[in-house]
Amino acid sequence: MVEEPARHAEPTEVPRARLLRVSKRFPGVDAVTDVSLDVFAGEVHVLAGENGAGKSTLMKILAQVDAPTSGGIEIDGVPVAHRGPAHARRLGVSMVHQEFALAPDLTVAENLFLGHEPGRLGWIRRRVERARARRLLSRVGLDVRETRTVRTLSTAQQQRVEIAKALAVDTGLLVLDEPTASLTEQESAELFTVLRSLTATGTAVCYVSHRLDEIFTIGDRVTVLRDGSVVTTRPVGELDQAALVRSMVGRDVENLYPRVFREPGPVRLRVRGLERAEAVRGVDLSVRAGEILGLAGLIGAGRTELARAVFGAEPATAGRLTLDGRDLRVRSPREAMAAGIGYLTEDRKGDGLALQLGVDVNITLGAPPTRGGLIDLRAERDEAEHYRDRLGIRTPRVNSPVRLLSGGNQQKVVLARVLRTGAGVLFVDEPGRGMDVAAKSEMFRQLDELAAEGRAIVLISSYLPELMNMCDRVLVLRAGRVAGELDRVEFSERRLVALATGAGGGDE
Amino acid sequence: MSETGTRRGERAGPWTRLRNSGAVSGVAAAGALIVLFVVLSVVAPSFLTADNLFNLASQTSVKAVMAVGVTMVIITGGIDLSVGSVAALSGVVGVLLMAEHGLNPLLGILGGIAVGATAGLVNGLLVARVGLPPFIATLGMLSVARGVVLILTGAVAVFGAPDSFRLLGQGVLGPVPIPVLVIVLVAVIGHLVLTRTRLGRYAYVLGSNPEAARLSGVAVARHTASVYVLSGVFAGLGGMIAASRINSGQPNFGEGLELDVIAAVVIGGASLFGGRGTVLGSLIGAFLVAVIRNGAVQLGIGTFYQNVLIGVIIWVAVWWDGYRRGKFGARG
Repeated sequence: MVEEPARHAEPTEVPRARLLRVSKRFPGVDAVTDVSLDVFAGEVHVLAGENGAGKSTLMKILAQVDAPTSGGIEIDGVPVAHRGPAHARRLGVSMVHQEFALAPDLTVAENLFLGHEPGRLGWIRRRVERARARRLLSRVGLDVRETRTVRTLSTAQQQRVEIAKALAVDTGLLVLDEPTASLTEQESAELFTVLRSLTATGTAVCYVSHRLDEIFTIGDRVTVLRDGSVVTTRPVGELDQAALVRSMVGRDVENLYPRVFREPGPVRLRVRGLERAEAVRGVDLSVRAGEILGLAGLIGAGRTELARAVFGAEPATAGRLTLDGRDLRVRSPREAMAAGIGYLTEDRKGDGLALQLGVDVNITLGAPPTRGGLIDLRAERDEAEHYRDRLGIRTPRVNSPVRLLSGGNQQKVVLARVLRTGAGVLFVDEPGRGMDVAAKSEMFRQLDELAAEGRAIVLISSYLPELMNMCDRVLVLRAGRVAGELDRVEFSERRLVALATGAGGGDE
Repeated sequence: MSETGTRRGERAGPWTRLRNSGAVSGVAAAGALIVLFVVLSVVAPSFLTADNLFNLASQTSVKAVMAVGVTMVIITGGIDLSVGSVAALSGVVGVLLMAEHGLNPLLGILGGIAVGATAGLVNGLLVARVGLPPFIATLGMLSVARGVVLILTGAVAVFGAPDSFRLLGQGVLGPVPIPVLVIVLVAVIGHLVLTRTRLGRYAYVLGSNPEAARLSGVAVARHTASVYVLSGVFAGLGGMIAASRINSGQPNFGEGLELDVIAAVVIGGASLFGGRGTVLGSLIGAFLVAVIRNGAVQLGIGTFYQNVLIGVIIWVAVWWDGYRRGKFGARG
């Protein structure tokens, strides 16, 4: 984390960007109602609120991705008509989306300058492009060759490319939608350093986040939204965590990590010598009934690959699995599920959701309830309503297309599906990604409940407080191998980070 | 967490289901169909007669039946270019089974459908197991099936089915032609498959996000192949209806038919990118194409102009679909 306390950039007279009484309606939803907002040069203005509170919508309006239904935008004091994101970029407003907008088959350099390639008459000066790309990559601390294809990068690396892409134009206002969602602590801290260097030169940053601590770390002012309206806009220093949560949720959230630790039962899943191509190189692990085992590590350490190999999504190239004492071969997700192993993907849009289809269909995906060989639509709807209420999925209707939901609510849909499968061993990969505080607390309560039922849970997270509060043990991976294991009593951020990075003093 | 439980209107009506499944442009097509009906009834008095309408429906039956199968394939994000050739193959083999091997008409029809199913199975295995793009797999089958028909017949039409075989394409039950009843039956079956069975559900999921389907434990290959088999079955049935209507197996039947069928499906609101489409929409699409052709004949407009008109309608239908979706686009 960045150590210095939030600074207050002195607001200049004219805000860099101003929203005036903006409203936005979607079919069946009032996403944003009558919101006014100023973002000044040199400040990090945080937007906070629950899933579906309208944060992303508001940012898209600011970046002119979406047109407001009513209300206006001023950039540097000048009213601007809605003419699309390209126009906004010309005015110096760039947005880094929560879901990346990169061309996966183009190189990093080509993506960075997409639409404004250096050169003239349609002829691209590739040498210049690559040199500038290298400079941008170093500004965002991304150590990959600019000639790599974006498809070959990890989620976290692609996000860095997105940020670099926003910096590629002369940007006066950088709009960031949950940029740390897939970053490790270390990478988040690096990002904050980058952001601070930008605000120091007068750039304004508008920042959406669900992570309370980072709001206090990086934010100068915070605007809290609830149900599409502004609850308050204040300097971050005037608030504490409890007050912030209260204004976001509208009530107190008692316990962020409602975990009840119990004596674990017998080993349910044992993995020995698991290998998966280059990513996983001989991993041993075991999880007991009632236990939550954490998997920590840097992006690319092999955590997701490990889970996907056990689940058969990309089958292991070597290694043995034992489930409840019996040897098990898993060659496909189908076989894994039949054996009672579940997996919650970290990439909900890529391989988690059928976006055009309904919330109900997505929740029962793969195993809709049937009666007499036909899908029982009534039972399906009842189940969907059950999970909607339990997880607080905000959707106009239970059969609305998932694409209409906000990111956090989409994540809840994926979670509902995994909760529904009833698997005895569950791999959950960054389950809290994009979820608000209340929903996250509820999700963790559910995981605890599942553990109490005697299931074994493997929790992958890049957010150390989650691991330290929820897990019985944490296994730290580094470069595809187990770098170390810590028991609950041994947890500390310093030790986890040391093991993950291989920095001195981490070996037990 | 708190307020969501009490949201109003969570009971989804049939309209929402229809809209979500992508049939809205199918509804637009239905509107166009009705307008066309009214206009044609006024300008061409011979249009709105029971004879002409039943004749129209019978003519459409082949395409409509085939469109149901193609709809399923298109929903998975695939395409079936082979339905015209497969229909011809089915018709010829079915007639040969009756004429030369003495099968009774019912078995002859089932034999023709089995030929279609087999061709569909080959398509399905090529797509789901071998991994060929659907366009290529079925383009190959378009040529293979046509080639087999020509080899079997020496490019000469085959005759000799028993008279009772004509019932399928030319018979009536009371005032209603049997082909029209077949359309209704196929539509009901197709609709149930798409909305109430796992196969139909998975078809939508495969078209929307195949990787999500795989990670959810869906047997992707089996269900993908099954959809092509169904398309083959309906192509086979279409071929038998056509053979019955012309009382022979014609080796050249169905050349270019796949384009009319795909047009009907697309006009009916299915997305070629997969994930969206309905049986009802595709039937409306099929009838829209048929009414335009029929109405044009009534008005004395030549076939060449009809082709131009139908091409334009395809453009408009797909443009409307994209326009509508762009307008109601995703929000994060």
